[in-house]
Amino acid sequence: MLIRERISSTGIHAVLIAYSLLALFPLVLIVINSLKSKKAIFRDPVGLPVGDAFSWKGYASVLTNSDFPLYFGNSLIVTCVSLFLILLFGAMASHALSEYRFPGDTFLGLYLILGIMVPIRLGTVALLQLIVDLNLANTLTALILVYTAQGLPIAIFIFTEFLKSVSREIKDSARIDGLSEYRIFFEVVVPLVRPVIATVAVFSMIPIWNDLWFPLILSPGEETRTVTLGVQQFIGQYTVNWGAVLASLSVAILPVLIMYVIFSKQLIRGITSGAVKG
Amino acid sequence: MATLELSGVRKSFGAVEVIHGMDLQVNDGELIVFVGPSGCGKSTMLRMIAGLEKVTAGEISIGGKRVDHLPPAHRGIAMVFQSYALYPHKNVRGNLGFALKHAGVPQSEIAQRVDAAAEILELAPLMDRKPRELSGGQRQRVAIGRAIVREPDVFLFDEPLSNLDAALRVHMRVEILKLHQRLGSTMVYVTHDQVEAMTLANRIVVFREGQVEQVGTPLELYRNPVNKFVAGFIGSPAMNFLQADCDGSSVQIAGVPVCDSISAPGKLQLGIRPEHLTLSSDGALKGTVSVFEHLGGESFVHLVLPDQQTLVAKLDGEYSFAPGQECTLAINPAHCHVFDMQGDRTSLS
Repeated sequence: MLIRERISSTGIHAVLIAYSLLALFPLVLIVINSLKSKKAIFRDPVGLPVGDAFSWKGYASVLTNSDFPLYFGNSLIVTCVSLFLILLFGAMASHALSEYRFPGDTFLGLYLILGIMVPIRLGTVALLQLIVDLNLANTLTALILVYTAQGLPIAIFIFTEFLKSVSREIKDSARIDGLSEYRIFFEVVVPLVRPVIATVAVFSMIPIWNDLWFPLILSPGEETRTVTLGVQQFIGQYTVNWGAVLASLSVAILPVLIMYVIFSKQLIRGITSGAVKG
Repeated sequence: MATLELSGVRKSFGAVEVIHGMDLQVNDGELIVFVGPSGCGKSTMLRMIAGLEKVTAGEISIGGKRVDHLPPAHRGIAMVFQSYALYPHKNVRGNLGFALKHAGVPQSEIAQRVDAAAEILELAPLMDRKPRELSGGQRQRVAIGRAIVREPDVFLFDEPLSNLDAALRVHMRVEILKLHQRLGSTMVYVTHDQVEAMTLANRIVVFREGQVEQVGTPLELYRNPVNKFVAGFIGSPAMNFLQADCDGSSVQIAGVPVCDSISAPGKLQLGIRPEHLTLSSDGALKGTVSVFEHLGGESFVHLVLPDQQTLVAKLDGEYSFAPGQECTLAINPAHCHVFDMQGDRTSLS
């Protein structure tokens, strides 16, 4: 029995390790090649950046010869503001849907969640027209509005399930203590669902940070480019500065990584809570 | 410190009426217990007093002031919940002082009132702990402390001991009783446990299906239940009910007269508490022992009568029976309760 358990545990770990290697391979490839000279990249794409092959050139051209810091800043602004709005409005809407009974509440809940099933890119033409009509083309505001709309359905879906599990008696107790409904939300409910907020934050952040589509269409201007769009400048019609492309991609991975490290403990608790008795 | 009056209070959820018009006067300093089976509306009634549910019709007044249109915080009440409902992210001190902080009470006064409550409930060594680091009994003490700190006119308890284990429940029951004696406040206490009701209450309100069956002191309910429901609900083990006949002058079980009655001739139900049955060789109830439970100081005999009716008798611990053994019990006529077939009480002689 013991041997069988050990074999099955080894098997499971072998599969997991294989999957991890598979998932990490492209990332590692990007990072090591970003530290190599252009020739070395083509000579030996999987070789390590040692000896001749090693070169800072990619990073140097990214940080000095381009507007990369500006693009990075744009990406950060768009992502952070969208994330803040998604979390704020998503959590508030879900609180209302799970806490109050009012006519049409089920319908409204379904309507808000419906967005998960409709890809927002289908509406690109209409969105572009709207943004132009609002004089928001080539602004970060346009991106923030679109990303907030894009992130809300899944955020509301996840939040609603978790907010339903917040004890009714705690909220009632806060009402007796004289808190307004807004303060109940911010001072009692939000601290209780912090792990879920972290989960939704990470899930919502990645597609926004990585998006190329909407920056390309709505805000392609020099001043409002995001990192993913900015990288394109190194990809010319005839030559591609691979060192710079890979270096900027490596730098662009950092914020997501940092955020994941900060939230990982809460994230795992958010994913598993309810599944195991806490 | 205040009186509490309910007059004509009704509650409907949609088309379903769950409280069918309730009138009650709770005196200043009284501990009143709402008791009844689950789903009888007692918790809903408490939540209406607290202001957590809207009143469909009728009036609620506290201290002579109508409050049913006020939000919970302005009614002068404090509530203790079954699940304790502590704020998990605040320590004990934070939990105790939360309401006062929101009401804008000065820091020094908050500290003073929190410390006073902590002293009453012996919470002083726990002040910096989070609720998850406390045991069930300690959490419930914090929940009670949170109510005390607010110095309410009326305390509301919603099954506060249901989540505790049996030994702790007995202990906390005594604590609540002591607290009531010490503070002398008006308290409304909801429970489905008739032992809690009997031991705590100045007066008990027995609920059934959104209606009040009887209001009275514990002993009144025990001695003179108005109907079979109250009789069966109060007392443990529950009262025995036997099919009986009345010939106009006496009540008979299987032809043997057990007590006098002036009821009209016909079928009746005789209620007799297990503790009012005694062993006696010339008793009226002859049967076979089906189960015998020994609790040390006392014992319960479960008896099957020849006509297949069952009953339980509470005897001294010195007796011992084996299943299948014959047993004869006598009924004390003074402790007989006679109900008609609808379950309403009919007067004895």
